[in-house]
Amino acid sequence: MLSKNEKKVLTDPLIANNPIASQVLGICSALAVTTQLKPAFVMAVAVTAVVVVSNLTISLLRNGIPSRIRMIVELCVVASLVILVDQLLKAFLYDLSKQLSVFVGLIITNCIVMGRLEAFALMNKPLPSILDGLGNGLGYSMVLLFVAAARELLGSGKLAGYEVIPQSLYALGYQNNGLMVLAPGAFILLGLYIWAQNSLFPPKASK
Amino acid sequence: MGELLGLAISSIFVNNILLSSFLGMCSFLACSKKVETAIGLGCAVIFTMTITGPVNWLIYQFFLKKGALVWISEKYAEVNLEFLTFITFIAVIAAMVQLVEMVLDKYFPPLYTALGIFLPLIAVNCAILGSSLFMVERKYDLAQTAVFCTSSGIGWALAIVAMASIRTKIRYSHVPEGLQGLGITMIITGLMAIGFMGFAGISL
Repeated sequence: MLSKNEKKVLTDPLIANNPIASQVLGICSALAVTTQLKPAFVMAVAVTAVVVVSNLTISLLRNGIPSRIRMIVELCVVASLVILVDQLLKAFLYDLSKQLSVFVGLIITNCIVMGRLEAFALMNKPLPSILDGLGNGLGYSMVLLFVAAARELLGSGKLAGYEVIPQSLYALGYQNNGLMVLAPGAFILLGLYIWAQNSLFPPKASK
Repeated sequence: MGELLGLAISSIFVNNILLSSFLGMCSFLACSKKVETAIGLGCAVIFTMTITGPVNWLIYQFFLKKGALVWISEKYAEVNLEFLTFITFIAVIAAMVQLVEMVLDKYFPPLYTALGIFLPLIAVNCAILGSSLFMVERKYDLAQTAVFCTSSGIGWALAIVAMASIRTKIRYSHVPEGLQGLGITMIITGLMAIGFMGFAGISL
């Protein structure tokens, strides 16, 4: 169904060219919402949706946008989409939207979205742009969910709100690692993730 | 006055916008290789934040908030334009960044070339939009907003300059392959965040 090239566009950002781990984009929100699995999941879905739709829109408009004002046009498209997402979350998942607070709005300034628009959608046809958006969105989601799962498991002994670590272990003296819930834990975990990724899948252009 | 000072110190150190809310990470990681660039970018961010915060506050209070349009006419008491918050804030920020770019280009050309691509990217620096959104969410008044935004900018600049200094030193150490570059930077940031958390004990 998909040509080889299109498949590459979709799967490349998952691991080899992951937006967070190798392109250094979109770290802000990746860390802030990952204390628990549930908000991280919602955030991942929201970002993926925004990247896909904004990639599509910009790709359709790409021949009509004067390059001098392209940033403004992109920002407007992204901001409108984020407003939609925000309103939807407020309507259907009010508690979670309170928990995510300003970070939904910050999808606008998520560098993944802008980066993909600048680097891909402005120069490519709609279909590959959708795939590129999807691939990057999924790559982002993957890291997000991994960090969130690790932080929730180590930090509060739960996964998506369910107790995972048995009480007997606590009885033996096991303790939750409070550091994981705080900011530094996120930084260090992400650093370790990048280390693992770079060792397992060395970047092609290694210096 | 004392309260404002407390707010300033807490947003520079204790609740450093970068190290505790993770805002502005992208340009933090990309621009922290050289101390000079870091200082330049830090100043640009402080400047942009100092202006955009209060401007956004005024716009929010007098146009966007529920019932904010009463000063035009009583008819508008029920109008709620809050859903336009994001797009308005980002437009103000983008315009401000354009201004900073023009000023730098005219008066500090070397800095302008050094910052290069990252200058327009200040527009999508989450720290700036983030501080505007935080001030809405925490219901600051105008003075608090001004202090909060300026000192968040200072906190951000402090963090990036510190990071740049560490990174110029670490070039001479043996970092395991694979951890080099981004990986070790994240871990250093984590350690820095632990350091800054130490300020939390100060009660103000």
